Amino acid sequence: MAVTKSEVIPIRTEHDIVVARQAVRRLSVEAAFGLVDQTKMVTAASELARNTFIYGGGGTLQCESLLEGARRGLRLTFTDQGPGIADLSLAMKDGWTSGSGMGLGLSGAKRLVNEFEIESVHGQGTRVTITRWK
Amino acid sequence: MDRIPILRMGDFLLVTIQVDMHDQLAMTLQDDLTSQIEKTGAKGVLIDISALEMVDSFIGRMIANISGMSRILDASTVVVGMQPAVAITLVELGLSLAGVQTALNVDRGMQRLRADVAGKEADDGRHQE
Repeated sequence: MAVTKSEVIPIRTEHDIVVARQAVRRLSVEAAFGLVDQTKMVTAASELARNTFIYGGGGTLQCESLLEGARRGLRLTFTDQGPGIADLSLAMKDGWTSGSGMGLGLSGAKRLVNEFEIESVHGQGTRVTITRWK
Repeated sequence: MDRIPILRMGDFLLVTIQVDMHDQLAMTLQDDLTSQIEKTGAKGVLIDISALEMVDSFIGRMIANISGMSRILDASTVVVGMQPAVAITLVELGLSLAGVQTALNVDRGMQRLRADVAGKEADDGRHQE
Protein backbone atom coordinates (compact mmCIF):
# COMPACT_ATOMS: atom_id res chain seq x y z
CA MET A 1 0.00 0.00 0.00
CA ALA A 2 1.38 3.40 -0.99
CA VAL A 3 0.63 6.80 0.44
CA THR A 4 0.35 9.09 -2.58
CA LYS A 5 -0.36 12.32 -0.71
CA SER A 6 -0.33 13.47 2.87
CA GLU A 7 -1.39 16.66 4.58
CA VAL A 8 -1.87 17.75 8.17
CA ILE A 9 -4.66 20.05 9.31
CA PRO A 10 -4.55 21.60 12.78
CA ILE A 11 -7.75 21.34 14.83
CA ARG A 12 -7.49 24.22 17.26
CA THR A 13 -10.74 26.12 16.88
CA GLU A 14 -14.35 25.28 16.15
CA HIS A 15 -13.90 26.68 12.65
CA ASP A 16 -11.18 24.08 11.99
CA ILE A 17 -13.93 21.41 12.09
CA VAL A 18 -15.37 23.07 8.97
CA VAL A 19 -11.89 23.32 7.41
CA ALA A 20 -11.36 19.60 8.11
CA ARG A 21 -14.71 18.72 6.48
CA GLN A 22 -13.83 20.69 3.37
CA ALA A 23 -10.38 19.09 3.06
CA VAL A 24 -11.87 15.61 3.43
CA ARG A 25 -14.49 16.43 0.80
CA ARG A 26 -11.78 17.58 -1.64
CA LEU A 27 -9.63 14.47 -1.03
CA SER A 28 -12.68 12.16 -1.30
CA VAL A 29 -13.46 13.68 -4.70
CA GLU A 30 -9.81 13.24 -5.74
CA ALA A 31 -10.02 9.57 -4.69
CA ALA A 32 -13.03 9.29 -7.05
CA PHE A 33 -15.43 8.28 -4.24
CA GLY A 34 -19.11 8.31 -5.19
CA LEU A 35 -21.35 10.96 -3.63
CA VAL A 36 -22.64 8.69 -0.83
CA ASP A 37 -19.13 7.56 0.10
CA GLN A 38 -17.89 11.17 0.06
CA THR A 39 -20.72 12.18 2.36
CA LYS A 40 -20.05 9.29 4.76
CA MET A 41 -16.35 10.12 4.96
CA VAL A 42 -16.98 13.85 5.46
CA THR A 43 -19.59 13.15 8.16
CA ALA A 44 -17.29 10.72 10.00
CA ALA A 45 -14.50 13.32 9.82
CA SER A 46 -16.81 15.98 11.24
CA GLU A 47 -17.72 13.81 14.23
CA LEU A 48 -14.12 12.90 14.99
CA ALA A 49 -12.76 16.43 14.45
CA ARG A 50 -15.34 17.69 16.94
CA ASN A 51 -14.23 15.04 19.47
CA THR A 52 -10.60 16.09 18.96
CA PHE A 53 -11.53 19.72 19.55
CA ILE A 54 -13.98 19.32 22.46
CA TYR A 55 -12.73 16.29 24.38
CA GLY A 56 -9.07 16.27 23.30
CA GLY A 57 -8.58 20.01 23.72
CA GLY A 58 -7.46 20.30 20.09
CA GLY A 59 -5.00 18.31 18.01
CA THR A 60 -4.34 17.41 14.41
CA LEU A 61 -5.91 15.62 11.48
CA GLN A 62 -3.57 13.83 9.11
CA CYS A 63 -5.11 12.99 5.72
CA GLU A 64 -3.43 10.35 3.57
CA SER A 65 -4.45 9.39 0.07
CA LEU A 66 -3.82 5.68 -0.44
CA LEU A 67 -3.21 3.43 -3.40
CA GLU A 68 -3.28 -0.36 -3.10
CA GLY A 69 -3.03 -2.01 -6.50
CA ALA A 70 -5.74 -0.29 -8.48
CA ARG A 71 -7.76 0.53 -5.37
CA ARG A 72 -7.81 4.06 -4.01
CA GLY A 73 -8.57 5.04 -0.46
CA LEU A 74 -8.40 7.77 2.12
CA ARG A 75 -7.03 7.40 5.63
CA LEU A 76 -7.67 10.01 8.31
CA THR A 77 -5.83 10.09 11.63
CA PHE A 78 -7.09 12.32 14.46
CA THR A 79 -4.57 12.84 17.24
CA ASP A 80 -4.85 14.78 20.47
CA GLN A 81 -2.85 15.05 23.68
CA GLY A 82 -5.95 15.38 25.81
CA PRO A 83 -7.03 13.42 28.89
CA GLY A 84 -7.62 10.19 26.94
CA ILE A 85 -10.63 7.92 27.28
CA ALA A 86 -10.91 6.01 30.54
CA ASP A 87 -13.24 3.28 29.28
CA LEU A 88 -12.97 2.66 25.54
CA SER A 89 -15.71 0.06 25.26
CA LEU A 90 -18.12 2.39 27.04
CA ALA A 91 -17.09 5.31 24.78
CA MET A 92 -17.84 3.18 21.70
CA LYS A 93 -21.44 2.54 22.79
CA ASP A 94 -24.28 4.26 20.98
CA GLY A 95 -25.82 6.97 23.08
CA TRP A 96 -23.12 7.15 25.71
CA THR A 97 -21.50 10.54 26.17
CA SER A 98 -19.26 12.09 28.79
CA GLY A 99 -20.25 15.53 27.51
CA SER A 100 -23.43 17.07 26.23
CA GLY A 101 -23.48 15.42 22.81
CA MET A 102 -25.71 12.64 21.53
CA GLY A 103 -23.14 9.91 22.01
CA LEU A 104 -23.02 9.04 18.33
CA GLY A 105 -19.59 10.46 17.44
CA LEU A 106 -17.34 7.42 17.82
CA SER A 107 -19.89 4.66 17.25
CA GLY A 108 -21.50 6.52 14.34
CA ALA A 109 -18.19 7.36 12.67
CA LYS A 110 -17.21 3.68 12.90
CA ARG A 111 -20.33 2.67 10.99
CA LEU A 112 -19.54 5.12 8.18
CA VAL A 113 -16.10 3.79 7.27
CA ASN A 114 -14.42 0.51 6.26
CA GLU A 115 -11.67 0.47 8.89
CA PHE A 116 -11.64 2.01 12.34
CA GLU A 117 -8.92 1.98 14.98
CA ILE A 118 -8.75 3.78 18.28
CA GLU A 119 -5.91 4.01 20.78
CA SER A 120 -6.16 6.02 23.94
CA VAL A 121 -3.91 6.31 26.94
CA HIS A 122 -5.41 7.80 30.05
CA GLY A 123 -3.72 11.13 30.68
CA GLN A 124 -1.79 11.12 27.39
CA GLY A 125 -4.22 11.44 24.54
CA THR A 126 -6.25 9.67 21.89
CA ARG A 127 -5.63 8.65 18.31
CA VAL A 128 -8.45 7.57 15.99
CA THR A 129 -7.71 6.27 12.49
CA ILE A 130 -10.38 5.69 9.88
CA THR A 131 -10.03 4.43 6.32
CA ARG A 132 -12.46 4.25 3.47
CA TRP A 133 -11.78 2.51 0.16
CA LYS A 134 -13.36 3.20 -3.16
CA MET B 1 -21.21 37.81 13.93
CA ASP B 2 -22.56 35.71 11.06
CA ARG B 3 -26.16 34.62 11.17
CA ILE B 4 -28.49 32.64 8.96
CA PRO B 5 -31.35 34.90 7.82
CA ILE B 6 -34.90 34.08 8.88
CA LEU B 7 -37.63 35.29 6.51
CA ARG B 8 -41.21 35.84 7.57
CA MET B 9 -43.99 34.95 5.16
CA GLY B 10 -47.46 35.34 6.65
CA ASP B 11 -47.81 32.88 9.52
CA PHE B 12 -44.59 31.10 8.63
CA LEU B 13 -40.86 31.53 9.12
CA LEU B 14 -38.55 30.39 6.33
CA VAL B 15 -34.91 29.45 6.68
CA THR B 16 -32.58 28.37 3.90
CA ILE B 17 -29.25 27.04 5.09
CA GLN B 18 -26.76 27.66 2.31
CA VAL B 19 -23.43 27.55 4.09
CA ASP B 20 -21.35 24.84 5.71
CA MET B 21 -22.35 25.69 9.30
CA HIS B 22 -19.87 25.75 12.11
CA ASP B 23 -21.31 24.66 15.45
CA GLN B 24 -21.82 28.12 16.91
CA LEU B 25 -23.73 29.22 13.80
CA ALA B 26 -26.09 26.27 14.23
CA MET B 27 -26.62 27.17 17.90
CA THR B 28 -27.31 30.81 16.98
CA LEU B 29 -29.90 29.72 14.41
CA GLN B 30 -31.62 27.58 17.03
CA ASP B 31 -31.80 30.53 19.45
CA ASP B 32 -32.85 33.04 16.76
CA LEU B 33 -35.63 30.79 15.50
CA THR B 34 -37.17 30.18 18.89
CA SER B 35 -37.13 33.87 19.75
CA GLN B 36 -38.63 34.73 16.34
CA ILE B 37 -41.45 32.21 16.86
CA GLU B 38 -42.21 33.85 20.19
CA LYS B 39 -41.96 37.38 18.78
CA THR B 40 -44.00 36.85 15.61
CA GLY B 41 -46.45 34.20 16.82
CA ALA B 42 -45.51 32.15 13.75
CA LYS B 43 -47.52 28.95 13.26
CA GLY B 44 -44.93 27.14 11.20
CA VAL B 45 -41.23 26.95 10.41
CA LEU B 46 -39.83 25.68 7.13
CA ILE B 47 -36.14 24.79 7.04
CA ASP B 48 -34.65 24.19 3.60
CA ILE B 49 -31.47 22.10 3.82
CA SER B 50 -31.18 21.27 0.10
CA ALA B 51 -27.81 23.04 -0.06
CA LEU B 52 -26.38 21.12 2.91
CA GLU B 53 -23.86 18.52 1.76
CA MET B 54 -23.53 16.98 5.18
CA VAL B 55 -25.58 16.66 8.37
CA ASP B 56 -23.63 15.30 11.32
CA SER B 57 -24.92 14.53 14.81
CA PHE B 58 -24.48 18.15 15.91
CA ILE B 59 -26.55 19.63 13.08
CA GLY B 60 -28.99 16.74 13.37
CA ARG B 61 -29.47 17.54 17.04
CA MET B 62 -29.98 21.22 16.20
CA ILE B 63 -32.73 20.25 13.72
CA ALA B 64 -34.39 17.97 16.27
CA ASN B 65 -34.15 20.71 18.93
CA ILE B 66 -35.73 23.34 16.70
CA SER B 67 -38.56 20.95 15.88
CA GLY B 68 -39.16 20.14 19.56
CA MET B 69 -38.92 23.73 20.78
CA SER B 70 -41.22 25.06 18.08
CA ARG B 71 -43.79 22.36 18.92
CA ILE B 72 -43.79 23.55 22.53
CA LEU B 73 -44.28 27.10 21.22
CA ASP B 74 -47.29 25.91 19.20
CA ALA B 75 -45.60 26.01 15.79
CA SER B 76 -44.98 23.13 13.38
CA THR B 77 -41.60 22.57 11.76
CA VAL B 78 -40.91 20.89 8.47
CA VAL B 79 -37.43 20.17 7.12
CA VAL B 80 -37.27 20.04 3.34
CA GLY B 81 -34.88 19.11 0.57
CA MET B 82 -32.50 16.73 2.29
CA GLN B 83 -30.11 15.28 -0.28
CA PRO B 84 -30.37 11.46 -0.62
CA ALA B 85 -26.68 10.95 0.22
CA VAL B 86 -27.18 12.98 3.39
CA ALA B 87 -30.26 10.94 4.36
CA ILE B 88 -28.41 7.64 3.83
CA THR B 89 -25.47 8.85 5.91
CA LEU B 90 -27.64 10.20 8.74
CA VAL B 91 -29.46 6.92 9.20
CA GLU B 92 -26.21 4.95 9.13
CA LEU B 93 -24.75 7.37 11.66
CA GLY B 94 -27.64 6.41 13.93
CA LEU B 95 -29.88 9.48 13.67
CA SER B 96 -33.34 8.96 12.24
CA LEU B 97 -34.71 12.40 13.24
CA ALA B 98 -37.75 10.77 14.82
CA GLY B 99 -40.42 13.38 15.52
CA VAL B 100 -39.12 15.75 12.84
CA GLN B 101 -41.49 16.34 9.92
CA THR B 102 -39.78 16.22 6.56
CA ALA B 103 -40.88 16.90 3.00
CA LEU B 104 -39.20 16.37 -0.35
CA ASN B 105 -39.21 20.01 -1.43
CA VAL B 106 -40.35 23.51 -0.47
CA ASP B 107 -43.74 23.18 -2.21
CA ARG B 108 -44.67 20.03 -0.32
CA GLY B 109 -43.28 21.48 2.89
CA MET B 110 -45.52 24.54 2.59
CA GLN B 111 -48.51 22.28 1.88
CA ARG B 112 -47.70 20.35 5.05
CA LEU B 113 -47.47 23.52 7.15
CA ARG B 114 -50.75 24.88 5.78
CA ALA B 115 -52.46 21.56 6.49
CA ASP B 116 -51.07 21.57 10.06
CA VAL B 117 -52.38 25.08 10.69
CA ALA B 118 -55.79 24.26 9.16
CA GLY B 119 -55.95 21.11 11.33
CA LYS B 120 -55.17 23.05 14.49
CA GLU B 121 -57.77 25.72 13.67
CA ALA B 122 -60.39 23.02 13.09
CA ASP B 123 -59.48 21.52 16.49
CA ASP B 124 -59.77 24.92 18.18
CA GLY B 125 -63.20 25.39 16.57
CA ARG B 126 -64.41 22.06 17.95
CA HIS B 127 -63.18 22.88 21.45
CA GLN B 128 -65.10 26.14 21.44
CA GLU B 129 -68.40 24.52 20.49
